[in-house]
Amino acid sequence: MSEPHIEVRDLTMAFGPVVVQERLDFQIQRGEIFVIMGDSGCGKSTLMRHMIGLNRPARGDVLYDGEPLWEGDEDARERIKERFGVLYQNAALWSSMTLEENVSLPLAERKRLGAAEARDVARLKLALVGLAGFEDHYPAEISGGMRKRAGLARAMALDPEILYFDEPSAGLDPLSSRRLDDLILEIRASSGTTIVLVTHELPSIFELGDNAVFLDAERKTMIARGRPEELKRSDEPKVRAFLERGRL
Amino acid sequence: MSLSTATTNAAGCEVRREAGVVRVRLSGRFTLSAGLPSVDAVARELEQAPPAVRLVFEPASLEAWDSALVSFVFSAAGLAAARGVAVDTTALPEGARRLLDLSLAVPARVMPQTPVDDALTARVGEVALRAWRTAGDALEFLGEAVLALGALLRGRARFRHVDLMHAFESAGVGALGIVALINLLIGAVLAFVGAVQLQQFGASIYVANLVAIGVTRELGPLMTGIVMAGRTGASFAAVLGTMTVNEEVDALRTMGLKPVEFLVLPRTLATSLMLPALVAYADLLGILGGTFVGVAVLDLGTLEYLRATQSSLALRHVVIGLVKSVAFGVVIALTGCYYGIRCGRSAAAVGQATTRAVVMGIVFVVVVDAVFTVLLHLLHL
Repeated sequence: MSEPHIEVRDLTMAFGPVVVQERLDFQIQRGEIFVIMGDSGCGKSTLMRHMIGLNRPARGDVLYDGEPLWEGDEDARERIKERFGVLYQNAALWSSMTLEENVSLPLAERKRLGAAEARDVARLKLALVGLAGFEDHYPAEISGGMRKRAGLARAMALDPEILYFDEPSAGLDPLSSRRLDDLILEIRASSGTTIVLVTHELPSIFELGDNAVFLDAERKTMIARGRPEELKRSDEPKVRAFLERGRL
Repeated sequence: MSLSTATTNAAGCEVRREAGVVRVRLSGRFTLSAGLPSVDAVARELEQAPPAVRLVFEPASLEAWDSALVSFVFSAAGLAAARGVAVDTTALPEGARRLLDLSLAVPARVMPQTPVDDALTARVGEVALRAWRTAGDALEFLGEAVLALGALLRGRARFRHVDLMHAFESAGVGALGIVALINLLIGAVLAFVGAVQLQQFGASIYVANLVAIGVTRELGPLMTGIVMAGRTGASFAAVLGTMTVNEEVDALRTMGLKPVEFLVLPRTLATSLMLPALVAYADLLGILGGTFVGVAVLDLGTLEYLRATQSSLALRHVVIGLVKSVAFGVVIALTGCYYGIRCGRSAAAVGQATTRAVVMGIVFVVVVDAVFTVLLHLLHL
């Protein structure tokens, strides 16, 4: 098997003395759609924040193509961060900027593109997510689903190798949610992007996920990993109940 | 056949025309890091007569590509589509083709353009209409505040007493330090300025009169009001603005709670009741600052200075300052809360609301002070 694109190695997350999750160990292959799931409050989003360099782990590390995220200095970490884009749960668009400015800012700052070039690429990215014609709108002027797609356009601005999605379907109607899932699949198919998805939306988990890990809030560690369909037959009753929307 | 080229450091684009077909030959590294070539050469060829019928992309020796290639083709395809020219992308790499298809899957939304009337009269009219609407809105808010006060007097106002206590703390104890510093310095500066003039007539002792009356009647309340507009007024606008952005104010409305009663009333009460206390404190500190200058610089005796202060300071000067401060408190709190509650729905709007609250708060404090001065003059007080 080739070297994993991302490896979470013996990771423990804690806020002071309070441990959120510990002994997390899993690998994500290049071009894979990987799902991080679990019950509410188990630390899914916190794990993502540790993986994208926002929170420092209490123990362990996250490796990108074998390069540790936390072991190196700030410069090394910044170089690794350039390789991924993130779609936050509330899209996190900069409200004082238009959609085009939101997308072109990272292009101008990180790729040193001129204003006209950055604008052209930003227009392409917005068209990719179905927002052609909305370039001059402000985030407050568009719907929640459109904000999510604009956030995705911004996450894709720098052609990242890896895309992180935090609860992409949260707050979306089933049709918008389905459209976003299709878009994620199309991005993977056309660009070969590795995608890490934090979600507890069952349709998205089965539609998109190649592999998954299940975090348990009570035992404070991962209790299952594998293909979502296989996890339906997991030895863990909680995982089975979660994936079949049953009762424990 | 015509031929034109456009290149950057790495990406190359050669445009040829054969009969009705415009061929775009792509070479080199089409990456964001290398920069994008301009589509002007393609546009020029498409403009030429007779009209082209097809635009064909030919990746000749494409070394590497990313969004830069797709962006270039997307822009060129847009130019072609606007002229009714068919686009052939079959020779492009499969990934690029798929991304291009995805970007063209949803047609661009055409936004209706509202014609802008730039004439001076139109702009003056716009400003006047906006001012009229703002005045009406502010009056409505003031009316709601008066109704809330009426509810309070009837014992029917609904707000959390803990919010009132927090507002007391924020508008009172929290401001002691800055009010002390500003007024101590204002008292000292006033004494200095007065001393320069009065020393020429051998009337240095009257510095005490100047400081005592000037601070208690005018500068103490005014400076404290300005400090509070910048501190507490801004804080009210920022807190209420953020609550508006987070739909917390809407949540109050849907639960049958009146935002003006629940949020504005406790803050206005606290500020208008705490400001006189702060002004009394400011008066003392201002006189102390003047005393320091009188004793240290003008060589006046401490007792002599304080006795002069006592003899010049009529109770009405202090009372006038305290009464004014109540009005300042009401104006500062209402201005801060108004801009906070009427804030837009974005982070930038909170910043604008806070700035407006401070600027208008200071303006209103000075206007109220001027009104008081004229009224008191007419009443011979």
